[in-house]
Amino acid sequence: MTCFQVRKGDGLILTTKSKTSRKKPLFEGADWNFDTLKRIYDTVEKVGVSDLKLDIYPNQIEVITAEQMLDAYTSTGMPLMYRHWSFGKQFARESESYRRGMRSLAYELVINANPCISYLMEENSATMQTLVLAHAAIGHNHFFKNNYLFKQWTNAESVLDYLAFAKDYVKECEERHGLAEVEIVLDAAHALMRQGVSRYPKVPQSARAEKDAERKKRRRAHEDSVYDDLWRTLPVKKARKPIRQPVKSPSGNDQIMELPEENLLYFLEKYAPRLKDWQRELIRIVRMMAQYFYPQRQTKMMNEGCATFTHYEIMNRLFEKGFITEGSLMEALHMHSSVMMQPSFNDKRFSGLNPYALGFSIMRDIKRICEEPTDEDKDWFPNFAGNGDAMGTLKTAWADYRDESFILQYLSPQVIRDLRLFTLHDEPDELEFEVSAIHNERGYREIRRSLALHYDASVQDPDIRIVDADLNSSRRLTVQHRVRGGRLLHKADCDRTMQHLAQLWGHRVKLLEIDDESGKVMREQEALPLP
Amino acid sequence: MHIIDRRLNPKAKSLGNRQRFLRRAREEIRNAVSEALKKRKISEAEGGEEIRIRSKSLNEPSFRPGREGQHDFVLPGNKEFVVGDRISKPPESGGKGGGSHGSPDGYGEDDFVFTLTKEEFLDLFFDDLKLPNLVKTKLKDVRSPTPVRAGFTMTGSPAKLNRVRTMRNSMARRLALRRPSLDEIAQAEAELADAEAETPPDEERIKLLSDKVARLKHMRKVIAYIDPFDLKYNRYERLPKPITQAVMFCLMDTSASMTQSLKNLAKRFFMLLHIFLSRHYRDVQVVFIRHTTYASEVDEDTFFRSTETGGTVISSAYEEMLRVVKERYPVDEWNIYAAQASDGANDLGDMMRCTDMLEHQILPLCQYFAYIEVGTNISESIIWSGFSPLEDFHKHFAMRHVVTPSEIYPVFHDLFSSSER
Repeated sequence: MTCFQVRKGDGLILTTKSKTSRKKPLFEGADWNFDTLKRIYDTVEKVGVSDLKLDIYPNQIEVITAEQMLDAYTSTGMPLMYRHWSFGKQFARESESYRRGMRSLAYELVINANPCISYLMEENSATMQTLVLAHAAIGHNHFFKNNYLFKQWTNAESVLDYLAFAKDYVKECEERHGLAEVEIVLDAAHALMRQGVSRYPKVPQSARAEKDAERKKRRRAHEDSVYDDLWRTLPVKKARKPIRQPVKSPSGNDQIMELPEENLLYFLEKYAPRLKDWQRELIRIVRMMAQYFYPQRQTKMMNEGCATFTHYEIMNRLFEKGFITEGSLMEALHMHSSVMMQPSFNDKRFSGLNPYALGFSIMRDIKRICEEPTDEDKDWFPNFAGNGDAMGTLKTAWADYRDESFILQYLSPQVIRDLRLFTLHDEPDELEFEVSAIHNERGYREIRRSLALHYDASVQDPDIRIVDADLNSSRRLTVQHRVRGGRLLHKADCDRTMQHLAQLWGHRVKLLEIDDESGKVMREQEALPLP
Repeated sequence: MHIIDRRLNPKAKSLGNRQRFLRRAREEIRNAVSEALKKRKISEAEGGEEIRIRSKSLNEPSFRPGREGQHDFVLPGNKEFVVGDRISKPPESGGKGGGSHGSPDGYGEDDFVFTLTKEEFLDLFFDDLKLPNLVKTKLKDVRSPTPVRAGFTMTGSPAKLNRVRTMRNSMARRLALRRPSLDEIAQAEAELADAEAETPPDEERIKLLSDKVARLKHMRKVIAYIDPFDLKYNRYERLPKPITQAVMFCLMDTSASMTQSLKNLAKRFFMLLHIFLSRHYRDVQVVFIRHTTYASEVDEDTFFRSTETGGTVISSAYEEMLRVVKERYPVDEWNIYAAQASDGANDLGDMMRCTDMLEHQILPLCQYFAYIEVGTNISESIIWSGFSPLEDFHKHFAMRHVVTPSEIYPVFHDLFSSSER
C-alpha cells in the first residue's frame, strides 16, 4: 500500500479481510466527503500518471450543485463568460428539458486551462466521482495538454484571464454604449462565429511584406545580371492553366488585405470601414472564443474516446489493486456502458454516431492490435501491430491526430465489423438512398474515407471566404461560397446571416455561391445594412 | 491539486443572461402571458407559467448547409443491406428542395417552450400597469401584537418555566458544589457498618467514618437539588405583527341581464385584484357571492357560469357578505377587500337601503371596496347615481365603468392610484 493512507477517525468503514489479500477500498457505499474525494483523486492520479504514464496539467476540482452545472454548460461551459441573451435562451431550454426529465445533466465538465478545472456534481455517488475524476481530470486533461491542435491554437495558461477581461469589457461597453448597441454587434459576430476561425497560422503581415519586398529585389537583381536579349527570340510555350485560378479581385485590394480571407470575423475586425474601436474589440472577443473552441470541435470524438479509454483502464486497475469494491466496479461499468450505447440507425433513439462509443471502440481496438494482432491487422497496421506497447501507440495517436486523420489512420476493419457500419449515398434527384459500402473487404476503405470526411470540420463547414472588398468606390464586400456536391446554404438562415454581415461591414454585401467543380454561379444574393 | 467547494457560491450566475433573454423576446412573452391568463382560475392567477413562444428575435442564424445537394452518411447497425441496395427516403425530407422552404415564415423551427418564474410572470403581468411601486405604498400594513420569544428571565410565572434550562443550571451547580449522591452516602454507611462489625472495633476509624457520613448527609441537606437560583423562565415580548391574510369578496349580479361576456369582463377584474392582493398577503382567500333578488355564497365555476333569472336586490349581497364576515373572517385577523361588479341595474326601492348599508356597515369593515360597472350606459344606471356621492367621502371606496376588456388594465390602475389622493 503506497498511495493512500487510511487516517484515523475519518469515517471510513474498514472491510473485513477477504480471502485474497485485498486492501481496504477507498470508500464503500455512495457517500463521500472532501477527505474521501482527496483520497480518490490521489489514487486515481497515481494510477493515471505512474501506471498509464499520462502527462497532465495540475488539477483543480470544483464541487458544484445541479443548478450550477446547468449554469455552467449553458454559457459554453466556461466558468466566466460575458453576458448574452443566447446563453439565457440556452439555459431556459436546458432547464426545461431537465425539469421534464427528458435529459439528465452532465456528470462533469472540464475546462482546457492550466490548472485544468473539472466540475463535479454533488449528487454523484462516490463511485461516480471516481469515474468522473479518471475521465475528466486525467483523461481529458492529458488530451488537452498533449494534442497538437490544442497546443497550437489554445493557450491554457491564459484563457481564464482572457475570459475575465472579455466579461468585464463587454460589461463596460454595455454600460457606456447601451445593451442594445452591444447586442447588435455580438449577435452579428455570433452568427459569423463558424467563419471566425483561422485554419492556418497567420504570418504577421509586416514580416511577410518585408520578405516579399526583399525577394522581389533579389529577383530583379538576378534578372538583371543574367539578362540576355537572345531569350526573347525563343517561341513561348503556352502556360498551362492552374487547376484552380487564384481569385483576383477586380478592385485590386487583395494584396493589401491579403484576400481571399476565410476568417470573416478577422477581416471585419481589421478592415470594416465603419466600426468603432470598441466594436472591433467585441468582434475580436467572439473570434477568440471561436478559435479557442475550434480544436474541441475537431477532436470531439478523440477527446471523448481518450477520456473514456482512460477511465475504463483506471477503474479496472483500481479494482485489481483493491481500491474499489466489486459493487463500485459494477456501478462504474453500468455507467460506462450506458454512455457507450450506440443505437442502430433504425432505432428510435438513434441520433448519429456516438462519439464516446466510436472513439472508445477504436482505441480499444488499437490496444488489441498492439497486444494480440490477427493477420488482417498485420496487413492493415504493419507499423504498430503486435508491438506490445499499447499505451505508447495510443499516446502518439492522441498527440498527433485529430478526428479526421485519426479515423483515416486507425479505424480498423474489426471496428467497422463490430459497429456494422455502412454508407448511404443521397443523390438529390433520386427518391431512394443508395447503400454504397458495407462492412466487407471492398467497403472498409470507402467507409473509412466517408467517416473521416464526416469528421473533417473544414469539409463539414461551408467553404466561405471574402474575395473582394471595394474600398475605393462602392465599398461593396463580396463573399464567395464554394459549393461542394450541390450543398447550397440554408436559405432562410443565410438571408439573416447576410444581414448580420452587412450590419458589421456597414455597406452592401454580396454573396456568390459558386459550384466548386464547374465554377458556375448557382445563387447570388445581396444584403444592405439597416440604417 | 485543489478541491474547491463551489456549492455555496452565489446562485443564479446566469441571471444576467436570463434578463437579456426575456428582454429580447419581451413582446412575444407578454402576449403569451396575457393569453395564459385567460385560461386560469382567479386563485391560480399567480404562479410560474409555462410559456410557448415562436420568436424570430430568438433566432441564431449562421451560414450552414441546407438540405440540397449530395450527402453521404455513415450509419451503424447494418443487418441486411448489401452494396447497391436502395432505401426509400423518409417522406419529410423526401423530394427536391426539402420541406423547410415551403412557407415564407415557416423556418422549420419548433416553438420555444420554457417556464417563467412567479416573479417574472408577475413582472410581465404588471408591466403595463406600472403597479409594483404602488403596491408598496398603497396597501396598509394592519398589525396586531403577537407574543414572540425573547430569551430567558430569572422570574416569571410557573407556566413559563423552562425545564431544560433550569435542570441544566441545577446539575451544573450540584456538580460544582459536590453535592453527594445517595449512592455515596450509602457506600459510606456501609463502610461504617463494616468497621463497627469488626472485632475488635477500631474506634478511630469508626469515628472517622461516622463523621464522614454525618458530613455527607449535612451537605446533601444544605445544597438544594433545585435552588431558586437555577430557575429560568421563557421570556416573551409582544411584537406587532402584520396580518398576513386577506379575504377578497367578489360580489356579482348574476341576473339575466349580465351576459357571459360581461361576466368575463368582471372576471378579469377580479383576477387582477386577486393577484394584486396575493403579492402583499401570504394567504388570500376568495369568497364568491352572487345575487339576484337573494344572495348566496357559491364556488367559482357556478359564480361565473350559471345564470339565474330574477330581479336585482343588491342589499341581499351585502347581507350575505356581512354574514360570512361575522362567521369566518373576524375583522381583527383578516384584511377584507371587496369588489363588486354589476350592470348597474337595481331594484329602485332597494337603493336607499343599499347605500346606507354600504356606507355604515360594509365600508368600515373593508380595506378597500371597488365597484365596477360593466356594459351599460352610465346615465341610465341606478347604482352609479346612487353610489356617486359616497366616492367623495370615502377614500377607500372607488367606482369605475368598463366597457371592453382592454379597459380593464387602465381602470384597475386608475382605481388604485386614485385612492392615493
